[in-house]
Amino acid sequence: MATISKFNIPEPTPDTPEATRTLRIAPSEGWVALRLAELWDYRELLFFLVWRDIKVRYKQTALGAAWAVIQPFFTMIVFSLFFGRLAKVPSDNIPYPIFSYAALVPWMFFANGLSEASNSLVSSSNLIKKIYFPRLAIPIATVLAGVVDFVIAFVVLLVMMLYYGIVPTVNTLWLPLFLLLALTTALGTGLWLSAMNVKFRDVRYVVPFIVQFWLFATPIAYPSSLLPEPWRTLYGLNPMVGVVEGFRWALLGTATAPGLIIALSASMSVVILISGAFYFRRMEKMFADRV
Amino acid sequence: MRRQTFAREPEETALRNDLAIQVEGLGKSYRIGAKQEAYGTLRDSLAEMAAAPWRALRSTLRGGNRRGGAASRTNDIWALKDVTFEVKRGEAVGIIGRNGAGKSTLLKILSRITEPTTGYADINGRVGSLLEVGTGFHPELTGRENIFLNGAILGMKRGEIIKKFDEMVAFAEVEKFIDTPVKHYSSGMYLRLAFSVAAHLEPEILLVDEVLAVGDMAFQKKCLGKMEDVATEGRTVLFVSHNLGAIKELCRTSVLLRDGLVSFQGPVVEGIVLYSRETMQAEADDAHARRGTRWTDLKVNNAGAAFAPALNGVEPFTIGARLEVHEPLLDARFKCRMDDASGHTLIYHVTNQKELDAPEITPGVYRVGVGFPPLWLVPGVYTLYFQLTARTSDGEEKRYMSERVMLNVTGKLDGQGRAVLSPPLDWSLVREKAASA
Repeated sequence: MATISKFNIPEPTPDTPEATRTLRIAPSEGWVALRLAELWDYRELLFFLVWRDIKVRYKQTALGAAWAVIQPFFTMIVFSLFFGRLAKVPSDNIPYPIFSYAALVPWMFFANGLSEASNSLVSSSNLIKKIYFPRLAIPIATVLAGVVDFVIAFVVLLVMMLYYGIVPTVNTLWLPLFLLLALTTALGTGLWLSAMNVKFRDVRYVVPFIVQFWLFATPIAYPSSLLPEPWRTLYGLNPMVGVVEGFRWALLGTATAPGLIIALSASMSVVILISGAFYFRRMEKMFADRV
Repeated sequence: MRRQTFAREPEETALRNDLAIQVEGLGKSYRIGAKQEAYGTLRDSLAEMAAAPWRALRSTLRGGNRRGGAASRTNDIWALKDVTFEVKRGEAVGIIGRNGAGKSTLLKILSRITEPTTGYADINGRVGSLLEVGTGFHPELTGRENIFLNGAILGMKRGEIIKKFDEMVAFAEVEKFIDTPVKHYSSGMYLRLAFSVAAHLEPEILLVDEVLAVGDMAFQKKCLGKMEDVATEGRTVLFVSHNLGAIKELCRTSVLLRDGLVSFQGPVVEGIVLYSRETMQAEADDAHARRGTRWTDLKVNNAGAAFAPALNGVEPFTIGARLEVHEPLLDARFKCRMDDASGHTLIYHVTNQKELDAPEITPGVYRVGVGFPPLWLVPGVYTLYFQLTARTSDGEEKRYMSERVMLNVTGKLDGQGRAVLSPPLDWSLVREKAASA
């Protein structure tokens, strides 16, 4: 027999008692835990993914940060011309341009977050196939990266308020909550669609349609006060109604405090987010094989 | 199937604490055609939904893994089936096997990229996996930015990256370009940077897939050196490579996979021998598809080659083989070729029948022998085979290859990890002239 000395040395390495946390890798069945603690462990990765998205976006585009303003601003001009001027759509006694822009800023954040999140898994296939980390980090990072665009567009909104002589009230303090509501809605929907997108690539074509449909189903070009009462509150089942109404109320002081609408929207949004997260986790095991 | 599991003999429960990885009955199936139909279309799903609403809805909500009722689909292919082995803490294990044997699937499961279909694996310790270098590198970002991004993706903490940053940059030799977007890097610089980040990962268990197969020779050497450091630092390493030389350098034991099964687990040299034989057998099967002339019965120093006795690099040796000739052959040329474990050819010697004093080669059984002088080979695994090229009477040129015999060279020669030969050299140092003060 061969005499290579390496053969028979058993080499028992001394045990390090601290490192005995055993991880079991086994097939999972059905609905699985969200493992949010693990996601928290990976918060630095989440931070770097957000940071990469922002950095790359502004490096690759010629106009960079200007896009964050151009999109909602020009939409606002078009809306003001056609809905405000020509169709004479009412705007709760607020100048139509700022009435629509105050809604377009959170809307664009939502719409871009939703579309990019839906595509996020497919466009990160190189990562998914080569390394493990909680996959939830991908759509979350994508949606979070949109906050920078939101902030830029929001600054323009403040300038417009100055121009129209609208003084912010103490209600403005509620704004972060409405932003959070837009974020959870975008993320929740994004989780559903991104996971489906891995399985059915048709989703890519469906998303623009969903966004367009949702735009008109949300009181952006028109006020929700057009609807008679029981319906107006039920309208809050569309979470973006709560967001838009909340923004207008907090910033422009539209008369009614939309408490019930927002409560409905928030509940709906949480339902979408939680169900989306569970659906996403359930589909996760096939991402690496299918994406 | 052979299974030599050294770790399994004593009571299992007592051993558990010194195990880093325990794999039990691990299997992974893919649906055939998954490549072409990587994703279903909504139309199919809708059509199915119309036919059987509840079933379709459930299958849409369910993940890709169809166990239970539908598990026994006949069009599943099993990339891995019933893989069982154990890895001790601090052990460096080479995973070897031919393409499609399931090596990469195994690593993907152990690094949690994809789920197994059956069985389980228990992992004790923090896992770092390198299935590719430069995962997540973005061309628009600078070297510095990519180090942080890639480090985070590999699972390093920010503090850890900051601490090792200078070391990484120095290892990659890109100091001057660290703030340049990597899209302007040469491919060599890019790879060096990517590997450098990966090489500074310090998990308790490292899973590596073929990442050394990149870059030029000098860089590969450097990577290999770094990997050796990792292996000797007492960390557990699972290493997949086609570079048998690298496997032998880095690993003490090996797991040989064949068709999704463990066909051998044990010392790395034996694993390599079995793997090489398997590969050569497959090649030889192709070559010997036609009946007739063939090589058999290879011997090293007149001993059967099944497990070649260790040779000492400083001694002469002989290789012999039987040659069965089934038809008259003309213009016969005999070749003897020897490669080292990384596949570099060391000897390629050709002789012809004239030189062998054989005016004609007629059907019959021949004994071929080659005597080698001391080759001064440094310890390692080398392979050797014979080839016969000749014309048959109808003018057709034919080649007959022997199986490959493994030479297990031991001894004290030292190539410093760089050289293959270490002949005794006669150094001298003579002072020719005294320094004039």
